[in-house]
Amino acid sequence: MIVRELDLDLDAFEGPFDLLLTLVLKDELDLRELDIAAIVIAFLERLAERDELDLEACGEFLVLIAALLELKARGLFPEEAAELAELEPEAAAEELARRLAEYRRMKEAAGWLRERLAAEGDRFFRLGPAPLAPKVELRLAPQEPERLATALRALAVEPPQVSLAHMALRFPPVTQFLERFRALLRRRTRFDFDAEVRGLSRVEQAVAFLALLDLRRTGEIAIDQAAPFAPIRVARRGAGSVAGRAGDARPGDRGASGASGEENANRDERTVAWTVRSA
Amino acid sequence: MDRPLRLISTNPLDQLARTVEALLVVASAPLPVTELADAANDDPERVEAALGLLGERYREGRSGIVLEHVAGGWALRAAREASEACARLFERPAQRNLSQAALETLAIVAYLGPCSRPDIARIRGVAADSAVANLVDRGLVVEAGRDDAAGGAIRYRTTPLFERVFGLESLSQLPRLDDVGADADQIRDRLHAVAEKRSA
Repeated sequence: MIVRELDLDLDAFEGPFDLLLTLVLKDELDLRELDIAAIVIAFLERLAERDELDLEACGEFLVLIAALLELKARGLFPEEAAELAELEPEAAAEELARRLAEYRRMKEAAGWLRERLAAEGDRFFRLGPAPLAPKVELRLAPQEPERLATALRALAVEPPQVSLAHMALRFPPVTQFLERFRALLRRRTRFDFDAEVRGLSRVEQAVAFLALLDLRRTGEIAIDQAAPFAPIRVARRGAGSVAGRAGDARPGDRGASGASGEENANRDERTVAWTVRSA
Repeated sequence: MDRPLRLISTNPLDQLARTVEALLVVASAPLPVTELADAANDDPERVEAALGLLGERYREGRSGIVLEHVAGGWALRAAREASEACARLFERPAQRNLSQAALETLAIVAYLGPCSRPDIARIRGVAADSAVANLVDRGLVVEAGRDDAAGGAIRYRTTPLFERVFGLESLSQLPRLDDVGADADQIRDRLHAVAEKRSA
């Protein structure tokens, strides 16, 4: 079987393989148009028709088709292959021969190593990590004890206290808002929380809200909200039913106001402490 | 200060030989003459002479211990006649079941090293990553810097253990491999023939 006479019937070309190669080498046929897989299939079909494998033909075909593939690849990516594309077929063959010879040499070397291993395999020896070398004695330059003491003393000084002032969040006291809301409730029976804290900073609003919760806890006010995020309405406890006896009656009502005031103050401190901790 | 005392002693070389013998027993890797001389605090030439005495005493067939010049140094090993007993005592992972791919890779690193995995792949035609990793695990090859180009690939060289396992004094003991030149010519001729047909 002669590879050059392989008949091809491709989209881009019809005729013997030999002619195809000639046309490609003369640049009369664009390799990019050529389906190389179809050539391989044609060859394999031809090969299958025969009983015995023609190794000579297979080898030749492999070399030729590899060269075609390489040329096609270079045609598809012209910039990257600039230097190698200039290789003449002879130079390419030379390069290929050089590589094959190098590989053959290394296979020989591997064979030699295998034989060597078989011959030297009965040599047993101790293996271990490298032992530690003796420590080199470090000699210190002579020093005066006084100077050493001075240096140590400089190191032994208590370090200066680092100021954390710039990191502090400033919380207005809860009592400030407690007093403010109580004063407000002495004048009015109900007020709108959102309207009251509008214009304050976020932290101030949060503390005001804590004050609100505190007032609710001590039973001084009732809070309601029509819907989530709706304005919070604050009403003096009992304002609905005892609206008449509002502000002026209040101090008299609470006979034990002194004691409960102290209690409130204690709670306020606790609340502030809790707020600062969780902040 | 030691020197004059040695000169007085009756058989100084024999005494040095005993010292060298002791050093070789405690060492776990071959010791070069210079290192032995430093440790024994004596001249390298005299250490060589002492090694000659020891080599006579510790040779195959005469002792269960054999002195050998291997991997650029001197080391004691078991005599070959005791190898079966030694094999029952422990195995040698460095050389167990070395595959053909590993041996070819080892040959390339030994002959052409330091070389990178791409270098090896170029010659063998297949990726060398697992073969190289395997040889590194066995301690037969080791990293040796990078290719010069920026971001260059890691290069590898063989280790003293490689020389020791294969019983080589140094890499220069590897045989020359130019006897396959005929094969290369043959391959080249055939390729030329194909190239001529192609361009015809």
